[in-house]
Amino acid sequence: MTEMTLIDGLRQGMDEELERDERVFIVGEDVGPRGGVFRATQGLYDKYGEDRVVDSPLAELSIVGIGIGAALYGMRPVCEIQFADFIYPAFNQIVSEAARMCYRSNGDWTVPMVIRAPYGGGIGGGLYHSQSIEAFFAHVPGLKVVVPSTPYHAKGLFKSAVRDPNPVIYLEPKKGYRLIRGEVPDDEEVLVPIGPARISREGDDLTVFAYGMMHHYTLEAAERVAQEGIDAEVVDLMTLKPVDRDTILASVTKTGKALIVHEDNLTVGYGAEIAAILVEEAFAYLDAPVRRLTGPDIPAMPYSHPLQDWFMPDTDRIADAIRELAAY
Amino acid sequence: MEGQEELQVDLSTENLLEMYWLMVLSRRLDERTWILHRQGKIAFHISAIGHEAAQVGAVMALRRGEDWIAPYYRDLAMMITLGFTPKEFMLGVMGKKGEPNSGGRQMPSHWSLKRMNVISHSSPVGTQASHAAGIGFAIKMRGDDTVVLTSIGEGSTSQGEWYEAVNWAAIHQLPVIFMVENNRYAISVRQEKQMAVDKVADKALGLGLPGVTVDGLDAMAVHGAMSEAAERARSGGGPTIVETMVNRMTPHSSDDDDRSYRPREELEAQKAQDPVHLQRDKLLAAGILTEEAEIELQERAKRKVEQAVEFATEAPYPDISEASYPVYAEDRVDD
Repeated sequence: MTEMTLIDGLRQGMDEELERDERVFIVGEDVGPRGGVFRATQGLYDKYGEDRVVDSPLAELSIVGIGIGAALYGMRPVCEIQFADFIYPAFNQIVSEAARMCYRSNGDWTVPMVIRAPYGGGIGGGLYHSQSIEAFFAHVPGLKVVVPSTPYHAKGLFKSAVRDPNPVIYLEPKKGYRLIRGEVPDDEEVLVPIGPARISREGDDLTVFAYGMMHHYTLEAAERVAQEGIDAEVVDLMTLKPVDRDTILASVTKTGKALIVHEDNLTVGYGAEIAAILVEEAFAYLDAPVRRLTGPDIPAMPYSHPLQDWFMPDTDRIADAIRELAAY
Repeated sequence: MEGQEELQVDLSTENLLEMYWLMVLSRRLDERTWILHRQGKIAFHISAIGHEAAQVGAVMALRRGEDWIAPYYRDLAMMITLGFTPKEFMLGVMGKKGEPNSGGRQMPSHWSLKRMNVISHSSPVGTQASHAAGIGFAIKMRGDDTVVLTSIGEGSTSQGEWYEAVNWAAIHQLPVIFMVENNRYAISVRQEKQMAVDKVADKALGLGLPGVTVDGLDAMAVHGAMSEAAERARSGGGPTIVETMVNRMTPHSSDDDDRSYRPREELEAQKAQDPVHLQRDKLLAAGILTEEAEIELQERAKRKVEQAVEFATEAPYPDISEASYPVYAEDRVDD
């Protein structure tokens, strides 16, 4: 085992997949000699060369469009969108093209590709370096959407995403890149399957659903309230699409209460889907209304520090929400 | 032979006759589809009438089945040249089970034909250009001896998507041919409202690649320009914009009525420049085609088209259960 940061886990995953399969290449802005603006691809250009770690023009839609074409030809592209906030020019390529290719060609053409994007706030990024974009893409049949929350899962989910025969949106909680640390095995291949959620903390009183950075805070909050006698179960959703209904339902069937935490806006956010699943399929087991703790319905996260803090759900706020729900 | 005009082209008699046959077959199929629509038997048709010479000439300059194609919706004659059959087309037009473009999912003329390396495209215009650049990128990475042709209307070259794709191909000297079928109308909007340049090929100047404009009513001229572009691409010389000047001799689609925006005289003048007739006349004048052979060829095309209509009419619709898959690659059914 080696302790490392989340971004180290991701980088190891990229390194191993580049090494394993010569069809794999990385393409994006500044991913080459610069190693990415967050240094996610640091060292990979030197190791694999400019044909495998490709600096793109400053043009997001064609980063994805080129990836789609290369995938159709048999390659395994990994497209980096520098910040999730910049993915919208590529929205048409992702939604109209990558997601629909398999269906619209009756299975003749598929798009095995990974689209990586650092998302989320709390890093002084203001409106356009802080956004959460998962709800847009989790809405689209044909895409898979994953969000790792630990170095182990960053590595394992990435490697599975590369091997997946479909387009996978891989969202990286950028605040957690170096903040979240954890152990990763040295002597075994780390593969985390796309699809299953995981129970990261077992408990009986209520269930908190979270992913990415919010999962990290939720675990902290759960430990804090445990000292007050509240036994929270924490579910790390990890794969937002397709959603793991079984794990979600099994947990709430046991605990009877559910809180969903994400930093994306409330309205038509990812939490609404979890709430709907619970109300439709576990209504008889619910002992309290399903609660959501999310970012506010404003256009995006402000830059100024106190305004940013007002936006971001954090450990304190999650702990308060757990206490309220436990007391219901 | 005396009294005959020799054709100054690098094409065999056989190739010239094939070229003409494909144009005729596409035209007869196209016309028959309009009738099906007017009879209320199909929901939609989008026509290649007037574009046939450009499309047939272009594809015949490629290695069919080896090279890759990222087409757009007006490319019926291109598809016929690639071996897409009238029966397959009619299955698609009628939304019948197993039609090879999409299994009845997409509107007609939204091509995909895996066996001929024709990738699937959508309706938002211009999206196929960056796929072609991506295929070119992969061809170069692998060191393969193939090229990719992508086609587009002149109106769609206004899309940022198209510029980004051409830019990529030019930066990396990718083996891509950006074919533009310029009929000077994007539904109703004329070329001068799309761009400030006279020729789409002039856009090449700002992107760092060669751009040529060729008479798209002349299949042999298109074949020549396209052969040159293909040779450049295959030998590592990079991409080319090949603009073919064509006429859209029909409304945009079966849902369009062009009388509100297009003078009738213009259309009449275009009919006098029908690319299929031009090709016929050249071959007759050169003695490559005889009047008897022409009659036989027209009959053969008509027969094939009628057989296709009959076949597709009798064919079953997809089962409703087919609508729910394959959303993901794992859902594919091996046949």
